[in-house]
Amino acid sequence: MSVATAPTRPTSEPIAFTQAKLPRSAPVLVAVVAAAAAALPVLLLDWGLVVWALVAGLVYLVALPVWARVVEGRRGAVDRMVTGLVWAACLVAIVPLVSLLYTVIDRGLPAINSTFLTYSMYRTELDQEVGIYHALIGTLLITLGAAVISVPIGIMAAIYLIEYGKGSRLARWITFLVDVMTGIPSIVAGLFAFSLFILVFGPSTRLGIGGSVALSLLMIPVVVRSTEEMLRLVPADLREASYALGVPKWRTIVKVVLPTALGGIVTGVTLAIARVVGETAPLLLIAGLTTRTNFNVFSERMTTLPVLIYTQNANPGIAETPGGTPPGIEIAWGGALVLILIVMMLNLVARVIGAIFAPKTGH
Amino acid sequence: MAKSITVGDLDIYYGDFLAVQGVNMTIKARSVTAFIGPSGCGKSTFLRSLNRMHEVIPGARVEGKVVVDGQSLYDSAVDPVAVRRQIGMVFQRPNPFPTMSIYENVLAGNRLNSKKMKKAEADDIVERSLKGANLWNEVKDRLSKPGMGLSGGQQQRLCIARAIAVEPQVLLMDEPCSALDPISTSAIEDLIHELKSDYTIVIVTHNMQQAARVSDETGFFNLKAAGQPGHLVEFNATSKMFANPDNEATEAYISGRFG
Repeated sequence: MSVATAPTRPTSEPIAFTQAKLPRSAPVLVAVVAAAAAALPVLLLDWGLVVWALVAGLVYLVALPVWARVVEGRRGAVDRMVTGLVWAACLVAIVPLVSLLYTVIDRGLPAINSTFLTYSMYRTELDQEVGIYHALIGTLLITLGAAVISVPIGIMAAIYLIEYGKGSRLARWITFLVDVMTGIPSIVAGLFAFSLFILVFGPSTRLGIGGSVALSLLMIPVVVRSTEEMLRLVPADLREASYALGVPKWRTIVKVVLPTALGGIVTGVTLAIARVVGETAPLLLIAGLTTRTNFNVFSERMTTLPVLIYTQNANPGIAETPGGTPPGIEIAWGGALVLILIVMMLNLVARVIGAIFAPKTGH
Repeated sequence: MAKSITVGDLDIYYGDFLAVQGVNMTIKARSVTAFIGPSGCGKSTFLRSLNRMHEVIPGARVEGKVVVDGQSLYDSAVDPVAVRRQIGMVFQRPNPFPTMSIYENVLAGNRLNSKKMKKAEADDIVERSLKGANLWNEVKDRLSKPGMGLSGGQQQRLCIARAIAVEPQVLLMDEPCSALDPISTSAIEDLIHELKSDYTIVIVTHNMQQAARVSDETGFFNLKAAGQPGHLVEFNATSKMFANPDNEATEAYISGRFG
């Protein structure tokens, strides 16, 4: 039996797929040791909690890579260090957020009760209960007004930019101006609305709708931008499929393109609303300040939550007991918590709507 | 209900770029006409110019004549939307509307033009179109499910059902099988055979065997050279084209001795 001599590769050393690794619990172990090690000098020198966390973090970032270098080699050490740095950055980003939320809930929650949410600040006697009802209504109505103005304008502008004006000089200018508008400071929008309404209706005009106009200036660019992105994502295939069925362009846009992008558009609009609902400066200028509940955006002053928070904080009044919290401060904290809850709710609603309208793959 | 198409001296431009030059042909009613040729030679561009889908691309324009039923499609008085209602199209990639169910997808051509119809009439159109596209048996129990949930071949047949639901005179197909497996391809080829008794079908394909299998007449497009406009080299009965073509370049391309 003859054996064909196939050219064989020289048999090399056996390949090792395994290598020394730190135990799974290594990061936790090092973290505990670092925390303990940092506690010693911090306790001795009587530094605070923040310093302890910083020192512990530094010890961890040095100790774990060094240990990994000894056991796992260079790649393992770099991996451990970068992982540690990324986690540290993440924590640094989260700490202020959590701290803020905690403080607002801690200080705002006691202020919230049924009178707080259903009474206005208007009172005829000093010992009457007050609340933020007027500001709640003001915030909702003014923001609603802003949305009513800016959502149709924003969506239609985006439709023009993507479906009709693509590449034209006008479209390029609009895109540029929208980008510029994204960056205008809110106080400038407020001044614009302020001067507009004063020129039209005479001096010392204060209207809720003026606030809506100012806010819509801030909202429109955000709505245009997010809608534009969503329309861009709709495949050209779908438009062509619709044209090929003999559907006119405007119907294609209304019945195919917009429904396909609807989830994203709604999310964008909601986020734009969430952005402007906390604006203070423009509303202080044009919507004015009042202690009474006003349901009509077209006449008289209206207070919104951010303005209420600002003014209560600026003029907190005198605490009932010496050394206690002035009533204005309590109201401001309560108002801040309510405002955060409104924004959070808007975000949740946006997510739910986005999920409902997302194109279904359905298997 | 099927019309023939007569094309005379058709030049197709993208902006200043001449993509296809000097095409003359007559596409017979109730037959299948296939276009073959190398990539980029303008087959799809030419196909899209037959129902004015070409001009959806900004800057695209056409010179010459496309005559259907005695009317020139490129007359200034012609409404491209009306043209597309009579000359339907199926694309390379299946593109059912993602927001619609299978049922709504089939009815899309009618519904999007807000044609009022009774439920029974709509049901009838859906059943007839899906049966026409050989898809009825596979989807009749899940008409309310999203069209995107079907397999690629089923989606393509759904798109064909959608195209024939508006009862066009002509059906243009731009490489309808290039994204499909052999079984789905064969299903669609069978379908083309059945549809040709009612419709004028024009199909672009890269698959020579497919052209030979499904078509009655074949047009071979080619480029003179890179950067030059594409042109129609030969247009003949498919049997003649594949057995004994008039043109040497056609024979070279068909027998694989191209380039």
